[in-house]
Amino acid sequence: MSSNSLLGGAPRVVNIGLRGFADEIASQGADVVQVDWRPPAPARRAVLELLARLGAREAAIARANDEGLRRMQSANPVLVDVQPAGKVIAGLGERVLLHAGPPIGWERMCGPMRGAVAGAIVFEGWASDLAAAERLAASGGVTFHPNHYFDAVGPMTGITTRSMPVLVVENRAPGAGNRAYCMINEGLGKVMRFGANDEEVLARLAWLRDVFGPLLGAALRAAGGLELVPLVARGLAMGDEMHQRNVACSALTLRAMAPHLAQAAGDTETLSKCLAFIAGNEQFFLNIGMVMGKSIMDPVRGLEACSLVAAMCRNGTDFGVRVSGTGDAWFTAPVEMPQGLYFPGYSEADANPDMGDSAIMETIGLGAFAMASAPAVVGFVGAGRASDAVAFTRAMGQITLARNPRWTMPALDFQGVPAGIDLRRVVESGIQPAINTGIAHRRAGVGQVGAGVARAPLGCFDAALVAFARSLGIET
Amino acid sequence: MSVVVNRVRRGFYADSVALMRIARALSSETGVLEASLMIGSPSNKALLAESGLLAEAARDAQADDLVIAVRARDAARAEAALEAAERLLAGGGAPAQGQAATESAPGIAGFGAALDALPAANLALISVPGEFAALEARRALERGLNVMIFSDNVPLAEEVALKRRALERGLLVMGPDCGTALIGGVPLAFANAVPRGEVGIVSASGTGLQEVSCLLARAGCGVSQGIGVGGRDLSEAVGGLMTLAALDLLESDRRTKRIVVISKPPSPAVMEKVLARAARCRKPVVLCLLGAEARAGRKGIAFARTLEAAACAASGKRPARAPAARTARRGWIRGLYSGGTLCAEAQVVLMDEGHAVQSNAPVPGAQRVRRGAAGHRLIDLGADEYTRGRPHPMIDPTLRNEQLARVLRERGVAAVLLDVVIGTGAHPDPAGMIAQVLRGAGPRRPAVIASVTGTDADAQGYARQVATLRAEGAIVARSNAEAARIVARMVRKPSRSATRRR
Repeated sequence: MSSNSLLGGAPRVVNIGLRGFADEIASQGADVVQVDWRPPAPARRAVLELLARLGAREAAIARANDEGLRRMQSANPVLVDVQPAGKVIAGLGERVLLHAGPPIGWERMCGPMRGAVAGAIVFEGWASDLAAAERLAASGGVTFHPNHYFDAVGPMTGITTRSMPVLVVENRAPGAGNRAYCMINEGLGKVMRFGANDEEVLARLAWLRDVFGPLLGAALRAAGGLELVPLVARGLAMGDEMHQRNVACSALTLRAMAPHLAQAAGDTETLSKCLAFIAGNEQFFLNIGMVMGKSIMDPVRGLEACSLVAAMCRNGTDFGVRVSGTGDAWFTAPVEMPQGLYFPGYSEADANPDMGDSAIMETIGLGAFAMASAPAVVGFVGAGRASDAVAFTRAMGQITLARNPRWTMPALDFQGVPAGIDLRRVVESGIQPAINTGIAHRRAGVGQVGAGVARAPLGCFDAALVAFARSLGIET
Repeated sequence: MSVVVNRVRRGFYADSVALMRIARALSSETGVLEASLMIGSPSNKALLAESGLLAEAARDAQADDLVIAVRARDAARAEAALEAAERLLAGGGAPAQGQAATESAPGIAGFGAALDALPAANLALISVPGEFAALEARRALERGLNVMIFSDNVPLAEEVALKRRALERGLLVMGPDCGTALIGGVPLAFANAVPRGEVGIVSASGTGLQEVSCLLARAGCGVSQGIGVGGRDLSEAVGGLMTLAALDLLESDRRTKRIVVISKPPSPAVMEKVLARAARCRKPVVLCLLGAEARAGRKGIAFARTLEAAACAASGKRPARAPAARTARRGWIRGLYSGGTLCAEAQVVLMDEGHAVQSNAPVPGAQRVRRGAAGHRLIDLGADEYTRGRPHPMIDPTLRNEQLARVLRERGVAAVLLDVVIGTGAHPDPAGMIAQVLRGAGPRRPAVIASVTGTDADAQGYARQVATLRAEGAIVARSNAEAARIVARMVRKPSRSATRRR
């Protein structure tokens, strides 16, 4: 009997419930860990019973998760190029729009998403003006797909169409080789990712398409690519968490690429404008980080019995989760409102619900999960004290299976960022993954009105657990 | 006139001991007649409704909500009590915002993170409300952990399912309603600091395990392991699954040389299984089935009538000399017990000494207590009817002290029997609490005979507890059984006139 090991020496105890028992055991010198138990919401009882039964498959799940973690942690994402989306993303043709989050149609899209759709349609020349573009979208004249279906991601509205330039990341890990795509960050203020769509926005997109994208692409090709894992490691040590704050990584990118941009540029006027564009946008690196995240997580999709969360994203209406072991299925729940601070003149009444594919950052252990490394964002994301940042990272550590040794946090004695969200741990602990996010105005075209922390709704994970259990032959 | 007011704190949880402490503090506020803090599970709401403490505001409370219920003289006082409850809740919780910067480390919220912190864990000790205990236990088993379930009110069918699953996985489920274990020399939940030694104990009774382990310790013996199995393990439905598994474990445990099994009388079919297993055991087995028919021993098996006899059989020491005869008293015996098995043992002793007894938890041969019926009466104050919605008398002696003060004044009572259980989990000074009541009772009170279940290594200190009781004139016996024997030989039935005077 394996319980013989129980009698072999002092017990090593997990104490669930009365804290006094744990104190007494500790005072006897025995090992004990206290679980702060709270009663589950009555509606979650069935899924927790299912989770308990899933324990019978622990060995198979642990094996699959080890493989998933190996793929995550051996990934070698390299930013290699910038190309028109239609040229590199197979299937992104005429009148196809990719959007952030799980699948959604025009009728359920939020205001900013609709604004971006209309702007992109005009930008592509599929309609002559915004009103015509809206009519076209509403009448089914265009097709919508999630970015995630096309190896792509996009921040906020995440609208991607064929002629937009996309960053190309290649995962150069042995046996991987997958590529991922994301549009270039347009800067702050009135931008399409927040639903803006006027002439200024479209003109900037055209400049990115015609000038900046080709130049950055040429520079990257000349440089032989930009390795992203070491760059992010340095950014973490410089106070970035790569979602809310990209000050360091944007600067590091500029520093690495400047010589190659200079070489590739035809004239100093263009070079100057391009350098100023990067230098003027502290979030320039966000999109690079996201496409890096996508290239890291894609090889983790579709592993049988793997309970790792492969993607989290939101379209402004629904929050969507994908789990490795359940393949391409989405598990959705209504998206929650972010909690945060608002720019002067704005309040929660102006805020759009949580939106964007940028939760890929948290999926790989950055953003809110790496908050301990970015005390500067703590005030901005609604937490008060620097120690609260550490608490965020510790809490996220409870729902992840590993610490990423390549990305360490000085403030936590160089512990790695918590990586590999385990579906089972989210369901068991009820700890909702935290996501650092910008907050868009609920009306199209106004842009960003604040920043804060959003929470992934538990409902997605509960639904995913039911499907995951079924994939292993365990039914409710 | 009184008013009942409820307040619901959504999504708030604190453990039941913490809540009961707050409820007690509220009850002592002026104008507050009754107070209770409970999570809003269906069973708790039923309990509140039964005691007339459920108001409209809490009817839709859920299991993840906290219900604060107060009955007070008037609305203002009820409101004040609710506010006091909120202050007490806030005081015990996390530091409020704006306090000095301390690291707000999140508590561990699940098995996954708990096993990160203690990867070699081999036992889950579960004391959550009964309706959730089986779920936690199942998760622990699937994680490969042995389980001790302190919680009661776990459905019988769940107990059977858990124990079957445990056997499949080669694990132990101690409990539900397992109050005591001694594993690898470490006392768990309500247990005593006893030396390690050669006697292995399997017990369906927490206080039974405590008494036997303490008597062994005082006889110079030690305990290898004390495995609790829960009060229902030897029932027909459970079939003694864990008792048999524990016998297997102790048989192969090198440190264990002799084994004691403690239980209420099992169902006949289970009895046969246990006897057959004990007969096959390569180590001598002492069976103490309190209240069972006396049986002759058979090869390798000794039957013990009492916990004391079981400890003697296991230690090889003879029972203590019969105490010197004391001046006879006429009247009734009142026993007020915090330990259910100690109450059962005292009934057995009194009956063996020729007395008829009544109890709210009668052993075979004893009568159930009937209101108004005269007789010797032994009460288990740890029984459900006394503990629902309030702390067990071992944790909080308030209830017993009230009862004690009452019986000390009761006409026709000759002697009062008490148990004093110390050790981990127990009140820091139960004897001191009893002494307070005795001091207030005056010189003509009935005789008080007590025993202390504990050791000098316990935080409360056996010798200190004994001295505290003796200082107030209580007779302190060396064991619970001896206390009952002393009383049995001291007391004669009251004369008819004494009875009539009541």
